[in-house]
Order: sequence, then C-alpha cells, then structure tokens
Amino acid sequence: MENLPSALTMSIGGIGPAIAIGVIVKAALESIGRNPEAGSQIQTAMILGVAFAEAIAIYSLVIALVLKFV
Amino acid sequence: MAGQLHIAITPETLFTVGGFEVTNTLFTSYLVSAFLIIFLFYARSQLKLTNRPTGLQNLLEVIVGGLYSFIDTITHSAKKTSAFAPIITGFFVFILLNNWVELLPGFHTIIYTGEPGIHLTNIPGASNIDEVYAVENSTEEVHLEEENENTGVALLRGANADINMTIALALVSVAVIQYYGFKFSGINYGKKYINFSSPIFFFVGLLEIVSEISKILSFAFRLFGNIFAGEVLIAVISFLVPVVLPMPFIGLEIFVGFIQALVFAMLTLVFINMATEAHH
Repeated sequence: MENLPSALTMSIGGIGPAIAIGVIVKAALESIGRNPEAGSQIQTAMILGVAFAEAIAIYSLVIALVLKFV
Repeated sequence: MAGQLHIAITPETLFTVGGFEVTNTLFTSYLVSAFLIIFLFYARSQLKLTNRPTGLQNLLEVIVGGLYSFIDTITHSAKKTSAFAPIITGFFVFILLNNWVELLPGFHTIIYTGEPGIHLTNIPGASNIDEVYAVENSTEEVHLEEENENTGVALLRGANADINMTIALALVSVAVIQYYGFKFSGINYGKKYINFSSPIFFFVGLLEIVSEISKILSFAFRLFGNIFAGEVLIAVISFLVPVVLPMPFIGLEIFVGFIQALVFAMLTLVFINMATEAHH
C-alpha cells in the first residue's frame, strides 16, 4: 500500500504522453506517406516532438522515484 | 531475498580524495573521457590524406561526416555548421558512450569494498548463510540497509544514471546556447531577456528567463529519467528472470541510449540555432 502513490503517479502521468506520442507519430507517418521525399525532415521534427511529449512522462517518473526512494 | 535487489537513486562513494568524494558514476565518466581522449588522439595520429580511407579512418569519417551533414540540414549555413559541429558532436559521442558502456558486463556486478582481496560472499546473488539467517531473523528494514552498506558498492555505474552528471551537461548546454547567442547577435541578444522599451517586452523577457531555466531542468531530467529507468528495468528483469529474458530489454536500452544522445545533441543544436537567428 505504501507504493500506491508512486504507482498512481506513473500510471496517470503516463496517459497524456502516450496519447501525445501516438498522435505525433500518426501525423508524421501520414505526411511521410503523402510526401515520401520530405521523410528525413519530418523524421527530425517528429523525434523532437516526441522528445518534448516524453519529457512529461519523465517528470512523472522522477516524481514517482522521489516518492519511492527519498 | 528482498535485500538482494539493490537500487540506489544516488551514486555511491568509492573513496575520497582530500574531502572530494569520488562516486562510482564519476569514476565511470572519467574512464569514458580517458578512453575518448586517448582513442581520438591515437586515431588522429593515424589519419592519412587519401581518397580511399580504410579501417579506423573510414569509421571515424562516417561518424564525423554523418553528424556534420546532419547538423547542416538543421542550420542551413556552412558558417554555423562549422562553428557548432564540434560541441554538438562532442555532446553526442560522450552521452552515447556513457549510455552504452552501462550495458557492458561488469557494470553493477563488480563490487568495491575498499579492502584488498576477493570477497566471494559479497557478490550479489551468492548465497551466504549468515546473511540469509540475519535477513530471516530481522523484521525491520533498517537491518537490510545495514547489510547493503556492508556488502560494498558497485565499482562501475553508468554516469547518466546520476542526476549530478545530467544537470552538469544541461548547464553546459544552456551556457553554450547563451554564448553563441551573444557571439552571433552581440549585446542585442541580451535584449531578449532585459528590455525596458515597453512593458510587454519586459514581461516577455521575464518569460524568456523562465524558459531558459526550464530548459536546464528538462534537459537534465529527460536524460536522467530515461537512463535511470533503463537501469532499474534491467535490474528488475534480471532479478526476476536472470537468463535470456533481459536480452530484448538490453536491445531496447541500446536504442533508448542512442535516441537520448541524439535528442540531447539535437535539442542543443536547435536552441543554439534559434538563439543565433536574427531577431524578428
């Protein structure tokens, strides 16, 4: 029971970034499919966007780790 | 048994040099730096001017040339590319090596006790009757922690799994962004932060200062979170099923390490590029 706060932090905090990364990659794949020549440029921008979205999940991970270990 | 899965969020001190604590992550980052410096000086002495490079030179030309042309696709300027390429390549290679060495055998398993000799009983997983007996008899967690202290600390540990390391990298990165901003735009770059020409610009400047601070935090926590999470993941999986099952996760960590090194270098590059663009 004492691990519940960190588990909840991680699971709820993961929802938003998961949806965000799905949407970003979906949009990138659609545009690569429409215009394959721009693939490398779109890929660069996509990785940047995914990194920003992932940062939110990492924040909740850090909070979860702090709750668990500190 | 619960005491054997040892996860520490802070690095452990190996020894002190005049009051300066040398931790296992710091030790590993020194090893990586030493390897990079010695290897690159050696490789530099072997370079030849030829149209058909072979072996080591070929490999290095692929890495340096690939990163150079990648940086050029973001800056779109030969002058900026030649100015930024060394530091971006340095960030990328250093972070990548630090992420990857952690997956080598010996990391987390070679235990340093501070005493000469081989301590077989200190290897995690090796059965020790006294220890098991003590764990069975103890009902308090305090006792387990004492045992962890007695068993010594891991000699090698990935440097990016230490928050101090990633904060240092993030501070260097943001300092470099400001340096190139001032270098390319002169004193005008300071107007981005402190501007008394109108109340709106003044508050925009305050927001810019806050965004620089949040850059440090997000750089540091992104790298630390990913690498530390990977370390914990592999530790937990190898604790549950020591054979075969950790392999795909190690593959995943190789991928994550590469992506995080790329993201760190690329974000630094994009922010430098934004800072050096003419003010609109």
